[in-house]
Amino acid sequence: MNIVVCVKQVPDTATERKLRSEDKTLDRDAADGVVNELDEYAVEEALRLKEAHGGEVTVLSMGPAKATETIRKALAMGADKAVHLHDDALHGSDALGTSYAVSQALKKIGFDLVILGSESTDARTGMLAAMLAERLGAPQLTLASKVEIEGTAIRVERITDYGYDKVEASLPAVVSVVEKINEPRYPSFKGIMAAKKKPVETLGIADADIAADQVGLANSWSEVVDFAAAPPRAAGTVIKDEGDGGARAAEFLASKKFI
Amino acid sequence: MLNDEHVELRKSVEEFAREVVAPVIGDYYERCEFPYDVVRRMGAMGLFGLPVPEEYGGMGGDYFALCLALEELARVDSSVAITLEAAVSLGAMPILRYGTDEQKRRWLPGMAAGEILGAFGLTEPGGGSDVAGGMRTTAALDGGEWVINGSKAFITNSGTDITGVVAVAAITGRREDGRPEISTILVPSGTPGMTVSKKYSKVGWSASDTRELSFTDCRVPEENILGERGRGYAQFLQTLDEGRVAIAAVSVGLAQGCVDESLRYARERRAFGQEIGCYQAIQFKIVDMEARAHTARLAYYHAAERMVAGLPFKKEAAIAKLVASNAAMDNARDATQVFGGYGFMNEFPVGRFYRDAKILEIGEGTSEVQRMLIARELGLPT
Repeated sequence: MNIVVCVKQVPDTATERKLRSEDKTLDRDAADGVVNELDEYAVEEALRLKEAHGGEVTVLSMGPAKATETIRKALAMGADKAVHLHDDALHGSDALGTSYAVSQALKKIGFDLVILGSESTDARTGMLAAMLAERLGAPQLTLASKVEIEGTAIRVERITDYGYDKVEASLPAVVSVVEKINEPRYPSFKGIMAAKKKPVETLGIADADIAADQVGLANSWSEVVDFAAAPPRAAGTVIKDEGDGGARAAEFLASKKFI
Repeated sequence: MLNDEHVELRKSVEEFAREVVAPVIGDYYERCEFPYDVVRRMGAMGLFGLPVPEEYGGMGGDYFALCLALEELARVDSSVAITLEAAVSLGAMPILRYGTDEQKRRWLPGMAAGEILGAFGLTEPGGGSDVAGGMRTTAALDGGEWVINGSKAFITNSGTDITGVVAVAAITGRREDGRPEISTILVPSGTPGMTVSKKYSKVGWSASDTRELSFTDCRVPEENILGERGRGYAQFLQTLDEGRVAIAAVSVGLAQGCVDESLRYARERRAFGQEIGCYQAIQFKIVDMEARAHTARLAYYHAAERMVAGLPFKKEAAIAKLVASNAAMDNARDATQVFGGYGFMNEFPVGRFYRDAKILEIGEGTSEVQRMLIARELGLPT
C-alpha cells in the first residue's frame, strides 16, 4: 500500500507567533519551526498501517526551505521517503491554493491512502482534508480516531460531539486524524541516522504541474484585511466560598451558558 | 562538538522528557513508585539500546549519545535518568564488554529494548569507597555451579518487575599475594537463594528502584561468570570510569534543570512591584548557575569524547564527575533559594532537584574518591 502523509511545519506554539506587517502572512522566521502536532499522529498511523499491511510511507510537505527539518523528523520516525514541495510562488497560498498545489503533487506521487492531521496549529482552518478529497475525487474520512483497512475497504471511527460515527469507503481515500488515534513514537537514534540516507525529492510548481495563477498570495481567495495583537488575558472571576460557593459557581457557569 | 545526529537525538529526548516525563513524574516521586509506563516508552524510543550494537538489538550509537540522553532526561527528572544510567552503563555495558557471545545474545536484546533491566551488584553494606577491601560476598565452585553467599547494598534497578539479571561481584579465591580474587557472576532474577529486600526509603531519586540483595547458597551455572575468573576488579574499575561520565551527564542535566526552572520563575514571580528577575540578587544567582552547568557540560563532553575515541579518560572522567556533581548541588541550593518558600514544596521540580542532587556527590565514586583519582593521575606521591 502506497501511503502519503502530509505534514506541515508550523511555528512552535510555545513561542510568540507574529504576522508580517508587509504582506500580513505568518512570520515563519520569527519562531522555531516544529512538526504540526496532529501531523505526528498522522505519521504514526501511516507507520502502523504499513507495519500491519506492508507498503511504503511517503512524506509530503509544502513549505519553505526550513521545512526540511520537519521532513527529517518524519523520516526519523520511520517514513521511507519524502517529497518537499518548495517554490517561492507558493508563498501566501490560502487553503484553496494550498489544497490545489498539494493535490497536484499527490497526483504526481500517486497514492492508495493520504493521511493528514485534522488541522494545523497555525491557520487552524481544518479544511485541507476535505478540499484534497474533492480535488482528487477520492472519498474523505475526516476526524478519524481509529482506522482499519481490509483489502480495498477502509473503515474509520469519526469522532462527533455525541461519540463517533462508523464510516466506510474504498481506497484510494483521504483520511484526517485526531489525537485520540494513537501515541506517536519519538525518533530513535537509529531512526535519526537512517533518515540521513533516505531520499528527499524537491518539487517546484512546474515539476508538479501547478499553475502559477492558482497559487500564492496574489491568487488567494481569502484575504487578511487587518490584524491586531491578542488582548492580554483579563483576570478571571474568583468566587470565595462563604457558604454559597457552589450556588454562585453554578450561577457563573449558567451566565456563560455552560450549564 | 556534537554532530547532527547527536543534536537531533538530544532534541528528540528533550521533547520526550518534556511531553512524557514531566507531566507525570512528580506523582510517581511522591508515591515512591517505579514509573513502568515511562520506562516502557523510553524503551520504545531505543534509549536503553543507545550504545549497544545493532546486532544485539541496540541503536548502534555510542556512549556520548547515551550521555546526551541522560542529560536531557535529568533536566526534567533524575529518577528516570538514573534508571537509564544504571540499566545501560552498569547493566548492559559489562555484558557487552566482557560477556561471551551467548551471554550477549541472551541478555542484550531485551536490555536494549528496555524490556528487561540489568543491575550491577558491587557495593556492600560494609563497602562503599573501599569497595574491594570491604567485599565479603563469596562465590565458590561446587559441582559445576557457583555458590554465592553474602549481601549487596544500594543496588539500582535490582528489584523491579522487569529486572532480568544482576551482575554480582564476589570473592572467588585468594591471589598469590594474599589479596582477594574478585570475579563477576551473572545471577538471573528469581534464582533461588537470592533475596531482594524491600525498597529503601530514600531522600531523593524516589521514583527509582534501589534495594539490598542477599545471597544464601545461591547457585548459578559455572558458565554464568562474566569474562575471565579474577578479572572482576579490573572490570568494575573500567565500568565505574565510564559510569562517572554518565553520572556527570545526569548532574549537568539537573544543574541545567535548575537554570530552566529559575529562569521561568524569575520572569513570572513578582515582588516589590516587578518580576524578581529584575533584581541583581536573583540575576547573579541564575548567571552563576548557568556558568556552572555550562562548564560542567564541557567537562563531560571532553571526557565522553576521549572515551569514544579510545583515548585515556580516567582523569577527565573524574574531573567531570567532581565538577558536575558539585554544580548540581550548588545549583539545586540556589534554585531553591530563588523559589523561596515554594522551593521547599515537593510539588515544584526544584524541591525534587534539591533532594536528588546530594547523591550525585556520593554515588559511583564520592567526590573524595574523584579527588584521590585525580591526585594519582597528577603523579602526586602516595
